[in-house]
Amino acid sequence: MTGRVVHLLTGGAVSLALFLAVAAVSQWPSWQSVPDEAAVIRLSLRHGGVRACRPASEEELARLPPNMRLREICDRRRAPVHVRLVLDGQALIDRAVPPSGLWGTGPSRLYARFAVPAGPHQIALWLAENPEGDGARWELARQVTLTPGENLAIDFDTEAGGFVFHEGRREDG
Amino acid sequence: MSKGRPGPLARGFDRIERGLDRAFGPEWNPLAQLGPLGWFLFWIVTVTGAYLFAFFDTGLTETYASIEWMSRAGWWHAGLARSLHRYASDLMVVVMFTHLLREWALGRFRGARWFSWFTGVPIIWFVYMSGITGFWLVWDRLAQYVAITTAEFLDTLGIFGEPIARNFLSPAHLSDRFFTLMVFLHIAIPLILLLLMWIHIQRISAARTRPPRGLAAITLGALVVAALIAPAPLNGPADLSTVPQAVGLDWFFLSAYPVLERAAAPLVWIGAVVGTVAVAALPWAPPRPPREKPAEVFLDHCNGCERCVADCPYNAIRMVPRSDGAPFAFEAQVLPDRCVACGICMGACPSSSPFRRSGGLVTGIDLPDLSLAELRAQVIAAAEALPAKAGAPRVLTLSCAHGAGHEEAPGRVVMPCVAMAPPSMFDFILSRGLADGVVIAGCAARECHNRFGRAWTEARVARARDPMLRERVPRERLLTVWAGPTEAARLARETSDFGARLAGLGPLQRVRPLSEEERAEALALGRQTIRRAAE
Repeated sequence: MTGRVVHLLTGGAVSLALFLAVAAVSQWPSWQSVPDEAAVIRLSLRHGGVRACRPASEEELARLPPNMRLREICDRRRAPVHVRLVLDGQALIDRAVPPSGLWGTGPSRLYARFAVPAGPHQIALWLAENPEGDGARWELARQVTLTPGENLAIDFDTEAGGFVFHEGRREDG
Repeated sequence: MSKGRPGPLARGFDRIERGLDRAFGPEWNPLAQLGPLGWFLFWIVTVTGAYLFAFFDTGLTETYASIEWMSRAGWWHAGLARSLHRYASDLMVVVMFTHLLREWALGRFRGARWFSWFTGVPIIWFVYMSGITGFWLVWDRLAQYVAITTAEFLDTLGIFGEPIARNFLSPAHLSDRFFTLMVFLHIAIPLILLLLMWIHIQRISAARTRPPRGLAAITLGALVVAALIAPAPLNGPADLSTVPQAVGLDWFFLSAYPVLERAAAPLVWIGAVVGTVAVAALPWAPPRPPREKPAEVFLDHCNGCERCVADCPYNAIRMVPRSDGAPFAFEAQVLPDRCVACGICMGACPSSSPFRRSGGLVTGIDLPDLSLAELRAQVIAAAEALPAKAGAPRVLTLSCAHGAGHEEAPGRVVMPCVAMAPPSMFDFILSRGLADGVVIAGCAARECHNRFGRAWTEARVARARDPMLRERVPRERLLTVWAGPTEAARLARETSDFGARLAGLGPLQRVRPLSEEERAEALALGRQTIRRAAE
């Protein structure tokens, strides 16, 4: 055999061994992202907090064109909304979620993920626009039984009445 | 000339490459062809990607169904293309990082070479972005894991109006348009990658973007066989009502994902930014060796022949209209920012003749750190240092600073590249009786440190390229040895064998020795420059 043919064969063998090793590392070893006996709860919400408003004075109204004379003057910035997620009596989230945007004019947005053991759980959710005042608030308490690997997605939609549990392979209690 | 001595990592590479030389041959050695291999793999990924697109469907269920069809029913064409697409991409990552490490080990990232290094850094990110968007398109369990982890990580930036991860909250949240967007990204990002790869090679002349045919055949053949033996994996379909627990990660592209999942996001972002800046800034990082002085043009000796332009491996010389009134249309002009001071231009200049008197020896294009006059003087000084045993032939070695002869030794002149010695220098050594034979000891045959040094030297000696070695030079008194920095023993052995052959040839004929005055003058300059280089 000529040198070139030998190199084709030996080089090919070396390359094949390398490429098979690459193919192996391309899928192995596997990574345990979530433990086998765990499920995941994802909470995602988007809700605009209230704006601080006050009655406009007569002088302020007089300075405005007639078609822009609103009775109240409101800040651009929204107030944060307060969110609480309690799982089996333990608070996983309990905080004020600030408004989005450079000037705080956008809605408060939250996305959180928790790996929890599969099995029955008591979930309590609470969202308030103004916890100290009389703003709107939503609450939901629910018993769920999570199966291993289940993804329980909890969304928030005021038109649907507040917190929404998205159906997966979940067994509600 | 002792600068640029190969470090431990460079010597390590040399040892591995010697092993690969035996398997592939020097010409097809993959470690010496990493750049061209990267291009070749890119085209394999592009062609297979275009083929896969013909069978790909976009839609929540259609996407996975189409990939499943390719992998099962169409395994022998579309499935094979998919495996080639995946493994060639993985290999691109391997080739890319090996290329980066090797160039760093060989010191080819400082000075004028900063441009190629710096423009290579964004390529790393675009290779990753190209690959990761590809994983999303399969829409299997791995894709689901990658999509959600990526989205959650990007959301930590807080710059998106709506958290991207909301798209993957439940099956109801995901729309078909998502896959259309991903297809667009998976095409647009590689196009930008191609542009970056093109920019990356702009400051080198005759950039190699194709590996030798033999290596290309080996690579493609072995890839096809590997793809048939171990087809690219396809997990179960993505299901947003469940969460992927154990996933078979592609560790070439996704090795950072466990970190993204577990480490604090700000820390990862800071690490990514700091790491990128640190790698990109390496050309200017301490300890900074003094930069080699770029070549200089001496118009009194330049006739605008363009040979230096043709031979420069770094596009560092261009021809411009004559500025000194001499009767030539053009003159050479060095671009200092691009010149690595390899001296190849000096070896190409027809004015570079050591036969001229040493005192005023100036050539058309010269190297300030080791001028033609200094090189000639060093040659004469090295010849003086040759052991004078009765009957033993005197062998003078002209050696590359990056090859087996990079260490200073009696009877040896070390230079940045052997191609900086014009062919007339070999003629000069033999016709003046400075030695009975000349060894030209360059880099390993697989790759020249300065790209074309070996090719130009061989072509000049073989009288296939200007400036040609004169016919009167006895070829049996010349030996070329192409050997890497760890092959000093081979160089010594081949030099010794060469000496034995020279002994059989008898003494040199028609020798015209240097005059005493010329010799003394050269010795003074030669010893001075050798001492300066050693310091």
